[in-house]
Amino acid sequence: MVTLTLPRNSRVNRGKAWNQPVRAKGDWKEFQIYRWSPDDTENPRVDSYWVDKNDCGPMVLDALIKIKAEVDATLTFRRSCREGICGSCAMNIDGTNTLACLKSIDEVKGPIKIYPLPHMKVVKDLVPDMTNFYAQHQSVEPWLKTSTPTPPKEWKQSKPDREKLDGLYECILCACCSTSCPSYWWNQDRYLGPAVLLQAYRWVIDSRDEATGERLDNLEDPFRLYRCHTILNCAKACPKGLNPAKAIAELKKLMVERRV
Amino acid sequence: MSTRLPPTPSPTQAILRTPLGRVRGLGSAKEGTDHFWKQRITGVANIMLVTAAICILVSLIGADYATVRKTLQKPAVAILLLMLVLAGMMHMRLGMQTVIEDYVHSEGSKVVLLMLNTFFTIGIGLTCVFAVFKLSFGA
Repeated sequence: MVTLTLPRNSRVNRGKAWNQPVRAKGDWKEFQIYRWSPDDTENPRVDSYWVDKNDCGPMVLDALIKIKAEVDATLTFRRSCREGICGSCAMNIDGTNTLACLKSIDEVKGPIKIYPLPHMKVVKDLVPDMTNFYAQHQSVEPWLKTSTPTPPKEWKQSKPDREKLDGLYECILCACCSTSCPSYWWNQDRYLGPAVLLQAYRWVIDSRDEATGERLDNLEDPFRLYRCHTILNCAKACPKGLNPAKAIAELKKLMVERRV
Repeated sequence: MSTRLPPTPSPTQAILRTPLGRVRGLGSAKEGTDHFWKQRITGVANIMLVTAAICILVSLIGADYATVRKTLQKPAVAILLLMLVLAGMMHMRLGMQTVIEDYVHSEGSKVVLLMLNTFFTIGIGLTCVFAVFKLSFGA
């Protein structure tokens, strides 16, 4: 059954206040950050850090990097491109899954609460275990599948067919959508989730692909596809402005179309 | 046809299995669209049938038992109510099945609840059908 309370060893305690500013000089912002380490037996805790906005870049990721560099080197998080294209810094900021590099500090009133992506196993602090998510992506075989011999130059595609991939190919697999989806929270061992289903649709709808039916066969399952109940958290969470719910609805339409 | 399911893996076995192997699991059931489509069909049918049933009920406000029976003896009214029972019960069963599959994760409880869901629906449905028949044909 669904559990509504956290297990005893996962309950989040109040942590330490690090560099609380003693003088009012500067424009200080408080960051309340989830901390958990696999190296001890402590429960998770929420530590407070303060950053002077006059001495920091505008985004939440800038503040995290500053905290790690200047206050607490043990704070652990993923980041790479710091411009919204790699998807590494996906986390739950102010109650919403988003990319720390695209979330402005000034968007949040009061202290900024930062947690790892919800309902994922935590590796450390803000780093979730993405193993299952990536395996799910692999399971939809996200590459061009053809039986016709490869043409000498390229697989041709009309402009209207290429346009069908817009709104799909931009997905950076940050998992903000999947981890915002209650269906994915309860059934991520069997439900593929919005990000992976959007990727699956991207290959189903590709005019160059010759495995459309086989792809639909693999998705046609009460859990893999039909756990989506159009909750639409995915579309709200996506930091790239994509709509995974629409892609899933299109998949369901194709499922019906091939039988009625 | 008997199917031998593998025993529940121990935590070590679960860890040693590759992530892709775990995700592929027992493979696609190759169904679910029928459930999805029936839920839509019965949903659309219920919009019309419930509207009609409300109209019948409103027209019978304050009526005595004899008047109600006279109305239900009309074939169109009785058939409409029977269709409502059929579509309503199908929709209810499909919806509850979804809720059970969403929230109940232990295989044993899930199977028992899915069975009870079917039994409950058939029981309630046939009771409603019997009531309509009794009013339409009863002495």
